[in-house]
Amino acid sequence: MSILVFVENADGQVKKTSLEAVAYAAAISEDVIALAMGNNIDQSELEGLGKYGATKVLHADDEKLNQGIIQAYATVISKAMESTGADILVLANSSLGAPVSARVAIKTDASLVSNVVDLPDTSAGFKVKRSIYTGKAFANVELTKDKKILAIKKNAAEVKEADGSAAVEKFAADLADSEFDAKITNTDKATGEVLLPEAEIVVSGGRGLKGPENWGMIEELAKELGAATGCSKPVSDMEWRPHHEHVGQTGVKVSPQLYIAIGISGAIQHLAGVNSSKNIVVINKDPEAPFFKAADYGIVGDAFEVVPKLTEAIRAAK
Amino acid sequence: MKILVCITHVPDTTSRISFTNGDTEFDKSGVQYIIGPYDDYALARAVELKEQSGGTITVLNVGTAETEPTIRKALAIGADEAIRVNAEPTDSLFVANEIANVAKDAGYDLILMGRESIDFNGGMVHGMVGELLGLPSVSPVMTLDLDGDTAKMTREIEGGKETIEVKLPFVAGCQEPIAEWKIPNMRGIMSARTKPLNVVEPSSQAAATKLEKYEMPPAKGEVKMIDADNVEELVNLLKNEAKVI
Ligand SMILES: Cc1cc2nc3c(=O)[nH]c(=O)nc-3n(C[C@H](O)[C@H](O)[C@H](O)COP(=O)(O)OP(=O)(O)OC[C@H]3O[C@@H](n4cnc5c(N)ncnc54)[C@H](O)[C@@H]3O)c2cc1C
Ligand SMILES: Nc1ncnc2c1ncn2[C@@H]1O[C@H](COP(=O)(O)O)[C@@H](O)[C@H]1O
Repeated sequence: MSILVFVENADGQVKKTSLEAVAYAAAISEDVIALAMGNNIDQSELEGLGKYGATKVLHADDEKLNQGIIQAYATVISKAMESTGADILVLANSSLGAPVSARVAIKTDASLVSNVVDLPDTSAGFKVKRSIYTGKAFANVELTKDKKILAIKKNAAEVKEADGSAAVEKFAADLADSEFDAKITNTDKATGEVLLPEAEIVVSGGRGLKGPENWGMIEELAKELGAATGCSKPVSDMEWRPHHEHVGQTGVKVSPQLYIAIGISGAIQHLAGVNSSKNIVVINKDPEAPFFKAADYGIVGDAFEVVPKLTEAIRAAK
Repeated sequence: MKILVCITHVPDTTSRISFTNGDTEFDKSGVQYIIGPYDDYALARAVELKEQSGGTITVLNVGTAETEPTIRKALAIGADEAIRVNAEPTDSLFVANEIANVAKDAGYDLILMGRESIDFNGGMVHGMVGELLGLPSVSPVMTLDLDGDTAKMTREIEGGKETIEVKLPFVAGCQEPIAEWKIPNMRGIMSARTKPLNVVEPSSQAAATKLEKYEMPPAKGEVKMIDADNVEELVNLLKNEAKVI
């Protein structure tokens, strides 16, 4: 049973969420073929996918694929599924993976499930567990078609590194110009920062921080922890922080090992974005703040006093 | 300009989620239903675009008769007419097929949806409809402006955004800050009662997945409170108990 894994890259490096996708596939099958796009990815990165369980890497190195064009990517992936005979496609449920997988599902007549949180159960049929109601519940669903596509949520599989190197083969997909009808004219992306959806630790601030000028202490704590920064919806609505940091029901859904919420009340819509975090720390001056009910560790106190002390204590404990 | 806005009928974001019938059905008792928040953004942007350049807005829902109050609310917000495909939406492929079937010969210039439904969170229907109709699909869209027959959009990506240009028609999955949610006013509510709401029967039964069982996450343990003067204790717990730093 061969499995195709669509692998995304950023700044020439394979994205962490894609390594999880490779690890997920490797946990189901020994025949894992990774597919990478564009000519701006390092060859060593591609060979290195062998360490995570890929047996072969297809490289669609057309320069036109350097940008994540949804239609074109869907076509390349569908062609790769056909030429490799892969019945299963695994990819990260990312801002690119999700819209691409929907088109692939139609092209290949596959069953598609997104937000998959666990390895499949193949004891009778092919079933997976997916997150629903924005993390408030799960559904166990059966994929009834022969071909199957799984868009996996962060932490659905454990990434293990072993020895290994994958053979890289060029993959030529003839693409019609119409595949590029939607043109990306500009990309505006933070570089060098830990990306929020992929972060293992997130430090998040809410309206309790009073204003954008007070984010220095949040950034400092995040830096000390190697964490990404997040915020509540009013904070991005008021443009104290950029929109892509907004966590919750209508924003980014995170699943880090540690989520630290500072000056956030814990409205149900905010919790919807953080409820799959492994550990939650809440710092709030109001002992009645609802967030404490969803927390593992809590401190009642003024953020302006607690946060600098916490940063200092973490530095001291290193 | 003809705009199609596809809306879901979903539990209010504050709803407590529970299941019945051996965990195979969502428990609707006491649950308030709303237009999906992302669909509400799509609708609000459609109303703004119509105000700018004229045209008509059709709202579409695939659902049973119980979704009609939600559809009426969309009419009150500013849609001109509504279509309800009379079926229980079983999965994203089923819904996408029905939407594509309604849209295929209707000549919509723009098909707007939410980035995802908040019950199923698939984030899949817009891409599927795009593929079924042979149109580009873009999601999640943060801003959308029209210049003649070209749309300029920003799409959110991890850690930033990209700018995309595409010619009409196409399909977009919308999210904030594309527009501000609109609250229906009295005149809207009155006129919504007489706007056309056409019910059509589904064209196929093309589901690709089957629900087996719902499941609730395990209950959260007690929170451990730490004194504000003792942050070292928190660091200790995170290091040695949770083992996350
Ligand atoms: C459909 C819908 C979708 C939504 N989606 C989202 C979403 O995706 N994400 C989201 O976050 N919200 C969302 N909301 C909004 C949500 O309901 C809340 O309004 C929002 O989360 C509140 O943000 P906050 O906690 O930062 O602010 P507040 O509720 O104002 O809370 C501020 C907190 O800071 C504390 N505080 C004040 N000063 C200090 C101090 N010096 N030190 C420590 N603590 C202090 C206060 O005690 C309080 O608990 C949504 C709402 C709706 C209706
Ligand atoms: N039953 C439905 N009726 C109409 N539109 C729908 C339905 N389900 C999903 N959609 C649209 O498709 C978008 C994405 O849904 P989903 O793929 O389920 O997350 C939603 O935001 C709606 O715009």
